[in-house]
Amino acid sequence: MFSSIRSLWIVFKHMFRRRETVQYPDEKPYLAPRYRGRIILSKDPDGGERCVACYLCAVVCPVDCIALQATEDEHGRRYPDFFRINFSRCIYCGLCEEACPTYAIQLTPDFEMAEYHRNNLVYEKEHLQIEGQGKYPGYHFYKVAGLKIGGKDKGEAENEDKPVDIRSLLP
Amino acid sequence: MPYVYIDGKKFEVADGQNMLQVALSLGFDLPYFCWHPAFGSVGACRQCAVMQYKDENDEKGKLAMACMVPATEGTRISIKARQAEEFRKSVIEWLMVNHPHDCPVCDEGGECHLQDMTVMTGHTYREFRFKKRTHRNQDLGPFINHEMNRCIACYRCVRFYHDFAGGDDLQAFAAHDHVYFGRYEDGPLESEFSGNLVEVCPTGVFTDKTLKQHYARKWDLQTAPSVCHQCSLGCNIIPGSRYDKVVRVLNRYNREVNGYFMCDRGRFGYEFVNSPDRITNALSRTDRSSDFEQVDDNAALDAARKSLGEAKGIAGIGSPRASLEANFALRELVGQDNFYSGDSERQKTLTDEVLTVLRNGPARSASLHDVEQADVVLILGEDLTNTAPMLDLAVRQAGMTKPAHNAKKIGVDHWHDAAVRELMQGERGPCFVATPTRTKLDKFSTRALRASAEDITRIGFAIAATLDDKAPAVAGLSDETLAFVEAAAEALREADRPVVISGTSLGSRHLIHAAANTAFALCKEGNAAELAFVLPETNSLGVSFLDAPSVDEAFEKITRGDIDTLVILENDLYRRIDRATVDSALNRCKRIIALDHIMTDTTGQADVVIPVAAFTEGDGTLVNNEGRAQRFYQVLSPGKAPEESWRRLLALAGANRRNGTTLDDICSQLFDTFPAFGDRLRIAPGARFRLVHQRIPRASHRYSGRTAMTAHINVHEPQPKTDPDSPLAFSMEGYHGKPPSSLIPFFWAPGWNSVQATAKYQAEVGGPLRGGDPGLRLIEPRPDAARSYFQPEPKTDSSGNKPSIVPMYHIYGSEELSSRAAALATRMPEPYIAIPSADRESHEVSEGDMLSLTIGNREFQAKAVVRDDLPTGTIGIPIGLGPFVGIDPNASVEIARGVTS
Repeated sequence: MFSSIRSLWIVFKHMFRRRETVQYPDEKPYLAPRYRGRIILSKDPDGGERCVACYLCAVVCPVDCIALQATEDEHGRRYPDFFRINFSRCIYCGLCEEACPTYAIQLTPDFEMAEYHRNNLVYEKEHLQIEGQGKYPGYHFYKVAGLKIGGKDKGEAENEDKPVDIRSLLP
Repeated sequence: MPYVYIDGKKFEVADGQNMLQVALSLGFDLPYFCWHPAFGSVGACRQCAVMQYKDENDEKGKLAMACMVPATEGTRISIKARQAEEFRKSVIEWLMVNHPHDCPVCDEGGECHLQDMTVMTGHTYREFRFKKRTHRNQDLGPFINHEMNRCIACYRCVRFYHDFAGGDDLQAFAAHDHVYFGRYEDGPLESEFSGNLVEVCPTGVFTDKTLKQHYARKWDLQTAPSVCHQCSLGCNIIPGSRYDKVVRVLNRYNREVNGYFMCDRGRFGYEFVNSPDRITNALSRTDRSSDFEQVDDNAALDAARKSLGEAKGIAGIGSPRASLEANFALRELVGQDNFYSGDSERQKTLTDEVLTVLRNGPARSASLHDVEQADVVLILGEDLTNTAPMLDLAVRQAGMTKPAHNAKKIGVDHWHDAAVRELMQGERGPCFVATPTRTKLDKFSTRALRASAEDITRIGFAIAATLDDKAPAVAGLSDETLAFVEAAAEALREADRPVVISGTSLGSRHLIHAAANTAFALCKEGNAAELAFVLPETNSLGVSFLDAPSVDEAFEKITRGDIDTLVILENDLYRRIDRATVDSALNRCKRIIALDHIMTDTTGQADVVIPVAAFTEGDGTLVNNEGRAQRFYQVLSPGKAPEESWRRLLALAGANRRNGTTLDDICSQLFDTFPAFGDRLRIAPGARFRLVHQRIPRASHRYSGRTAMTAHINVHEPQPKTDPDSPLAFSMEGYHGKPPSSLIPFFWAPGWNSVQATAKYQAEVGGPLRGGDPGLRLIEPRPDAARSYFQPEPKTDSSGNKPSIVPMYHIYGSEELSSRAAALATRMPEPYIAIPSADRESHEVSEGDMLSLTIGNREFQAKAVVRDDLPTGTIGIPIGLGPFVGIDPNASVEIARGVTS
């Protein structure tokens, strides 16, 4: 008898406590920029695709949920022909972002990806690609890589000398 | 066997090695760049630095390059010494100064020796903040991609291309840190072995251009041990596939066969499996004038079964480009009496003769490794560069045997590459070449002679007669020929390990006899003479073991009306026999069932076409020219490509068979029927073989994308297919240790991602694989055989005006399947007719004229090419190019007069 009344009293007291429930989805929780949510593919400062299809994200993925195929444009710039993430397998560990040498693949503070059908969780490149640079502005892989691509000849990357004249013996 | 000390431990090692070899053989991880087991040491890269100590009391030691320190008694080194470690780390740091920030877009990434060595030495941060040197690239043709920025100047490419393989057009240019490796100007690399640069280069300067079109990393490839199907040598290869498509072929080390290298036809010829000519669907039609309709595989098999049931007489035509199992399954289906070998009578006689000579004679059949070890080489009539490229490379190495032997006499070990080459001053071991046309080997020969096939035969007999009085002599040789004969005989007599190389490409049976006589004569002299014969196709010798009549005999029976139904296995008859003969025979047949993986003229004549697996899609066994039976395994997962032809044939025969349909089943029947093939389990383990109860995975443990690669079709991942035929798994799961040598799907060891990991699979570096090299030799010589000599043919009367044919072969184009490969096709020459310059006026032709000629009854047209190396009275025909297929080299040839230019 006493314990019942005591329980009622405790519950009654809670009516005056501060509310902890967040009114999701009307109210959004704060998520830090480093939060590991939905994966995106970003673009470089010039608006070109950042991903160079190096396969490092795919190989580091512990659940093997990233598949892609590399291809090249006519000037030798490499990019993914297709890029697929199976989010129904993804564990949002963020290793792909750590492995990415070009800051292309990034995890974002967005977790609202629920679907009724698993096959809707398979994202292709067009679903992953965003227009901006994401969390890491300013980096442009091809500007530091030695490879020649359209619009950037040999010797035009950062910290590069002009190509060597191999018919000269001068230092 | 000297004792050496590494890091204070005592080891017994083999004689005549250097400390780098010794350390690697003992399992130490010691970084290196310029050293290669096949090229030896030059001590240029300074990467294998170790501390060397005078004796056990020496605590100071000195830095030494392990590759230049001979492993003599009491040598003491330390790999772990701090000074050596720091030195190696800074060497890498200097190399990385100019190395670009490219790894993510570099095709070498993931199998890069430079990456491995950087990690191994512990150089983790790049502190170089200044400008990097850059280079312009060259267009090196359809096979090799060039990215000079990545070069670390180890000189391996030039040492392979120029020093080892004898190529001229890749050199080092410029000086100091500007040094540049390339051609004088843009253009395709001329060497037939240029593809090896991909594996030789420790970084990404030279990469595979065909792989680039569908690039995948090494760790993502599904690979299996395989055997090259592009010539009769049977080089061991590792084809790799990604997304159910073959993307590249890599060499698979087998010391006895191809060692570390392979030719460009083998490396880039794989592309035919991706060709648009592939048969992907079963085809059927009611009469031969109508078009094919695509039908279900089972419907096609039913139609074929029905035809076989209704047939009055059946002939099953096998194929020398199909596996033993496929040929045997056809033999089982149609019955022993109705099985034909698939070779023309002409070729079959030659191949059978080769088999007889090797089986019954005292001379051993030489493997490629044996040829490399030979000190004197005699080549009779074979243009090796174009008919058996890797044999050509082996002959080029044989030229080093004698100089290396001489160097040893004055105490210079063979691995001391620069010293040996300095000592030999361009001198090479004796090599004698007698061929109808110029060959690339001439440059490496002591004497090269141009002669017709008949004269080459006489040369062979004459050499034998000079060596042994009992051998039949030939008379009437010209002075030039006599000089050649005498020089060759003298060198051969003094040789320790001579090898005689010939083949069937000139279509002369007597030439085989001549080569045999020479080798027999040498054996009688007490020398361990060896014989190597080049055969036209990958399983030519294997089919010869099956001892079946030729296609010509089947055609005769068709003409007599005894046969009305043909089953043709992976065989384009038009490439073997004259077009008119094949046409008339096929037209007489009521039903033709063709099994093939690629559309050919023969499948175009069939009523039912059943698609079968190409070499990357099925398992089988081949017998190479040495008589070595070798197993090749399926690379692509089942269901992604048609089934093997033997499985289709077993299914066709299925109604009256209760036997199983796995490789082991067909193999055990095959090996029971033909005891000459020996023990099937000695070729490769059976399908039930397991290591620690596990299969051997075809994919590396890093294989990526399993849960995404088919997710767009079905989000539920399919179960990996099980392989009923082999102990390999279509998966990354299984036993990740070292498998038996015949089952190595890829070379990888912790810390060694590049092909240099091969060392971890060898019993000793550069030696045989652990557990012995794969393959089983089926032919052993009979040293005590009382083999009598062959008699020479009587000299034919050459006073007639009719010219004779000189068959001319091309590495790119003469072989059927590789000529369908996209990259190779760009290197194929245009069809031509070669006229000796001496006969130019009598034929009234000049270079570039459109020429028309008849061979047998068939007319050909092609541009004339005037060659100064053709013997007079001959006409050179490029075998396999354009219309020039199914040509008998012994047929009569005539130039039609009055041709317009």
